[in-house]
Amino acid sequence: MTENYTALYEEHKKLGASFTDFGGWQMPLKYSSELAEHHAVRKSAGLFDLSHMGEVWVTGPDAAAFLDYALVGKISAMAVGKAKYSLICNEDGGIMDDLITYRRPAGADGTDKFLVVPNAGNAKAVAGALAERAGSGPEGGFDVTVEDASAGTSLIAVQGPKAESILLRLVPAAQHELVTGLKYYAAVEVPFLVGGAGQDLLLARTGYTGEDGFEIFVGDDDAAALWQALIAVADDGELTPAGLASRDSLRLEAGMPLYGNELSLEGDPFAAGLGPVVALSKEGDFIGKAALAAKKEAGAGATTGRKLVGLKGLGRRAGRGHYPVLKDGNTVGDVTSGQPSPSLGYPVALAYVDLAYAEPGTALDIDLRGKTEPFEVVALPFYKRQK
Amino acid sequence: MAKVAPELQYSDEHEWVAREEAGSVVSIGISAVATDALGDIVYVDLPEVGSAVTAGETCGEVESTKSVSDLYAPVTGEVTEINPAVVDDPALINSDPYGAGWLFKVAAESEGPLLSAQEYASKNGGEL
Repeated sequence: MTENYTALYEEHKKLGASFTDFGGWQMPLKYSSELAEHHAVRKSAGLFDLSHMGEVWVTGPDAAAFLDYALVGKISAMAVGKAKYSLICNEDGGIMDDLITYRRPAGADGTDKFLVVPNAGNAKAVAGALAERAGSGPEGGFDVTVEDASAGTSLIAVQGPKAESILLRLVPAAQHELVTGLKYYAAVEVPFLVGGAGQDLLLARTGYTGEDGFEIFVGDDDAAALWQALIAVADDGELTPAGLASRDSLRLEAGMPLYGNELSLEGDPFAAGLGPVVALSKEGDFIGKAALAAKKEAGAGATTGRKLVGLKGLGRRAGRGHYPVLKDGNTVGDVTSGQPSPSLGYPVALAYVDLAYAEPGTALDIDLRGKTEPFEVVALPFYKRQK
Repeated sequence: MAKVAPELQYSDEHEWVAREEAGSVVSIGISAVATDALGDIVYVDLPEVGSAVTAGETCGEVESTKSVSDLYAPVTGEVTEINPAVVDDPALINSDPYGAGWLFKVAAESEGPLLSAQEYASKNGGEL
């Protein structure tokens, strides 16, 4: 597998990170304790390098119509400045990736502009599929340009209740309202003081932790300066560099799916609880529409017989990916993600289970390497922040 | 903290063995090399007092936030004592793997292949 290094790799080394391969990238797994990093995000703020994520620009007169065709959501209905969670599916309705699309202001010539952010491991495939789909389509192709900017773009996230107050220290007072007024799932260009100079950067109020927080797109050349500036303006213990281990436990508590665990080409959006993301009623055809319409008609989970649920552990032991879920000793499901929840104090898991056992309150067991532990189906998310 | 405590012996599976002053009883724990790799430990399953353990065979589990690992007995014999503090607070294994984070004691009849601290350190990054 190709080893890629983000522009922040040296920063992570300086901070004593342990590294792991993720989607072909050497990423910080943790700096000291992943539990401490998790709690820091819930209680104060965490600093994440997400530069392994992809950035694909889609621009042109047909950009909105094209994304309606290439993705399952109604992208054309997005207002400028908004972000939207969507999926890219294949013709069979299998999930190729889950991604966030940001609608940016139209160019001077009036052409629409979108930024599509796929997962690290899928970035090349998504960029390739978008380029291919731009040349197909119902009327022989779309007037759009698909540009994969992943290689030169870094992404830094600041997540947690203190995120906004920390970011404001790098933004001139006159522009503070851009940040404080930014809604969840929206993005705006904000001048940041980076390396002593002002620089407009795309700031999004999005995240994968269940907390309030931001993601900042920055060119690779300025990524280290921004990373250092964020650490420098934070008080002692206020902003904790956080690795992928805590990112995973945070997103799991928030009930958010991870591509490769909960989402896959074999899975379907309805079984994964993502039915509302699929805009079957939007105008025109889109890739995967016929297959997805049939899956919806068949009912959530009817194609696989299973659907995604949350499981709460009643004992101390955690279920892990691929552990069997049992009812009276018979296998009725499969864990996709699981671990002890640091914030809640009990084990949590996401699992696909037979429809008959998917109702909250259902008592199930997880087979932990030969020993069974009791779990209960619960509504998602496991953790919801106090607003 | 030194990753490898110089006064102890080690198994290939990252357990450490400490001899008491007299007699055959040894204390057993897992090394800081292992605790670093495991991450924060949240659960430990120890053998029962009075049970027999066999060098090189699994005798329990250590569960961290990210993974579950088998615990291997580095010696053969009868378990004489377990550390109730680590069962209540597994984080002790991370914070003090060679001290308060000890796991159990065995009246050893024989021992599996054990490495000196020097040998173990050189196999695991070289720091002593």
